Amino acid sequence: MQQGFGFIEIKTSGQTADKTGETNLAATMAAKSQSDVFVVFDHVQKSYDGVSLVVKDLNLSIGKGEFLTMLGPSGSGKTTCLMMLAGFETATNGEILLDGRPINQVPPHKRGIGMVFQNYALFPHMTVGENLAFPLEVRGMGKTEREAKIKRALDMVQMGAFANRRPAQLSGGQQQRIALARALVFDPKLVLMDEPLGALDKQLREHMQFEIKHLHESLGITVVYVTHDQGEALTMSDRIAVFNDGRIQQLAPPADLYERPDNSFVAQFIGENNRLEGTVEEIKGGRALVRLGTGELIDATPVNVQSVGQKTLVSIRPERVEFKPDLLPADAHMIDAEVIEVIYMGDLFRTVLKVAGHEDFVIKSRNTLGQRVLTPGEKIRIGWAPADARALDPI
Amino acid sequence: MADLTAAAPAAAAAATAASAATLTTADGRPLKAALAAAQARAKRRAFLLVAPLLAFVVLTFIIPIGQMLDRSFHHDGFSANAPAVSAWFAENAQGTEPDEAAYAALAEDFKAMRENRTAGEAGTRVNYTLPETRSLFTKTARNADDLAPPFKEAFLAIDDRWDDAAVWQAMRSSSSAYTADFYLAALDMERAEDGSIRRVEENGRIYIYLFAKTFLVSALITLICLLLAFPVAHLLATLPMAKANLLMILVLLPFWTSLLVRTTSWIVLLQGEGVVNELFIALGLIGAEGRLQMIYNQLGTIIVMTHVLLPFMILPLYSVMRVIPPSYARAARSLGATSWTTFRRIYLPQTLPGIGAGSLLVFILAVGYFITPALVGGADGQLISNLIDFHMKNSNWSMAAALSAMLLAGVLVLYWLYDRLVGIDNLKLG
Repeated sequence: MQQGFGFIEIKTSGQTADKTGETNLAATMAAKSQSDVFVVFDHVQKSYDGVSLVVKDLNLSIGKGEFLTMLGPSGSGKTTCLMMLAGFETATNGEILLDGRPINQVPPHKRGIGMVFQNYALFPHMTVGENLAFPLEVRGMGKTEREAKIKRALDMVQMGAFANRRPAQLSGGQQQRIALARALVFDPKLVLMDEPLGALDKQLREHMQFEIKHLHESLGITVVYVTHDQGEALTMSDRIAVFNDGRIQQLAPPADLYERPDNSFVAQFIGENNRLEGTVEEIKGGRALVRLGTGELIDATPVNVQSVGQKTLVSIRPERVEFKPDLLPADAHMIDAEVIEVIYMGDLFRTVLKVAGHEDFVIKSRNTLGQRVLTPGEKIRIGWAPADARALDPI
Repeated sequence: MADLTAAAPAAAAAATAASAATLTTADGRPLKAALAAAQARAKRRAFLLVAPLLAFVVLTFIIPIGQMLDRSFHHDGFSANAPAVSAWFAENAQGTEPDEAAYAALAEDFKAMRENRTAGEAGTRVNYTLPETRSLFTKTARNADDLAPPFKEAFLAIDDRWDDAAVWQAMRSSSSAYTADFYLAALDMERAEDGSIRRVEENGRIYIYLFAKTFLVSALITLICLLLAFPVAHLLATLPMAKANLLMILVLLPFWTSLLVRTTSWIVLLQGEGVVNELFIALGLIGAEGRLQMIYNQLGTIIVMTHVLLPFMILPLYSVMRVIPPSYARAARSLGATSWTTFRRIYLPQTLPGIGAGSLLVFILAVGYFITPALVGGADGQLISNLIDFHMKNSNWSMAAALSAMLLAGVLVLYWLYDRLVGIDNLKLG
């Protein structure tokens, strides 16, 4: 069966044509043998219309107790992946394993996965208590045991006093907590969250991020979290899978993702990012010299470039750009810039510069005592440590 | 300007100090009055907008229904035309034998009726209570000139029914313009000679049976409609918009077709030599001798009315189902419920407003349905509305009104029950 899937997969997916059914199986077996792997997506593909693939060859192992976030723009396939894991969509090809067991043929109600929905999906005709009792009732649990569990779950989200309310009588944040409690009340090992904080306002969202993270740590459950909010993903996750165009673009811990993006899409999607196009002039000692279209030379770390003469897109974070020469390494290249606009943002200054012909180069400097505030029209020179600039694939 | 800004806080402070209960505006007017004044113009304009509809509803709906109700318990055909004997009935209590004075009063009335040619009118009213008395009145009025003392003998000379206690009881019942006789008749009851109320003879009891049958048939039609409409509405609510719209047109098609055309096509389909029977014979399900009687009987009424009323069930159900997010069912499944449990405990309860609205709508329409039973009902498919029609054709407006009023009361009771059980707030018609 496994081999059969692998065979079809080779035919449909060009990118994995080099792999064989046997190695698929081997990889799966290897993943299984590791005791800490809980969820495995093995060459999963999904098509809704039989013409195009929404998920193209997904391979992902999620560890026990891990908080993994699927991050990506809408239509990138992240929600489809979550729905396949929950059992509401079937994989067109490939296998999903839960705790070492293939679950493609297992109906959703037998998977024992807790799920939190974007609109909470609290049953409007039931009270909060009845909502929480539902998963326990369908498991045939006795009344006393049920009540103890409901109380524990409600206390866990600080909603103990609300058992007799109807969902409509609760605020968005309270409904969110109840939805969380309902997904946890039957002690699932795996909890899926589909943009659970999308409908909340900023302050509440940040507070709930902390609470969910805290619950995850104290309960030791595995969480798969889907969001398009990169801030949310960076704050909460152990690892983030960045989705685009049906593929995982990068799978890494938050700091790696932000500081060491693998490609231009990730660099651009996560955080603010300055881009400079150019050609590789020299690669030496883990350092690349890139000549911009306008003739200036800049330093970068080669990531997706291998040889001299290649086109590249250099990515630099705004807070890593420096305009005071004494803070830079001695041999760092500096280029000319002209200040266009300075925006006061309270804790920092956001300065827009004209660099190498582009008027959208942004730098951020902290609003510290004695910080030099730039003025529009001012001509400065900027530079950065080579490690902070990454020469990526050209778009 | 400076004065104003200085005065405002002072006034506010004064108002607070004066009383917390009656709030006032900055210039001292009570807040409620100020609000009413501010909104008066908007309210007047809103009222003017609805005024034409209001007038239309009052003229064409409220007044006729009021008149209908009035007719069901108010009929002055006898009391207005026979004032003298009506006065005698008022003075002499129930059970008093009609004495010479009574006959004298009756004679006086008959002379007046002969003059005004109103004996038929009075007789009609008495005839409602006691059949075949109208002819007695017209006959007596024709011979009113022969009425001379002693009056009793004179009356008996014209017709010997004039000392029948039943006739006198009927006249006593008719002597008041306000009467419950029509309601009694609608409940298969009548007044005995001594004025007590009793049920009519066994073979004369038709109304209660027909009411019960009407309500039962309507309930059955409602149930069939619900069972047929539920899957269709669910399909409509879950299909993609383009397909759902196409299907919706098919659902609404019967609405756009003349009722007569629809009924006629059902006759073509269901009659003895009809399409369905021929098909069954061709399939060998029934023999040529055993053609099914599916029209001009109760079965025909049920089949055709179900078809006619089906859209009234589908539409409310659809409008409710369309707004139930699929995530509820998904949530239930992820929480461990089988698809049947999910349907029973999550989906079905949320469709209740639609089920209630559709059922109420179909049932109320079915209870008062007239044209379909009249066309395809045959003898045993007739419902109460056909009897109302019968009484209207026979100009017994009061009886028709009493039956209609009872039908209305039945529907209102159901409405009230629905409100108590489900809550009218939960009604969702579209």
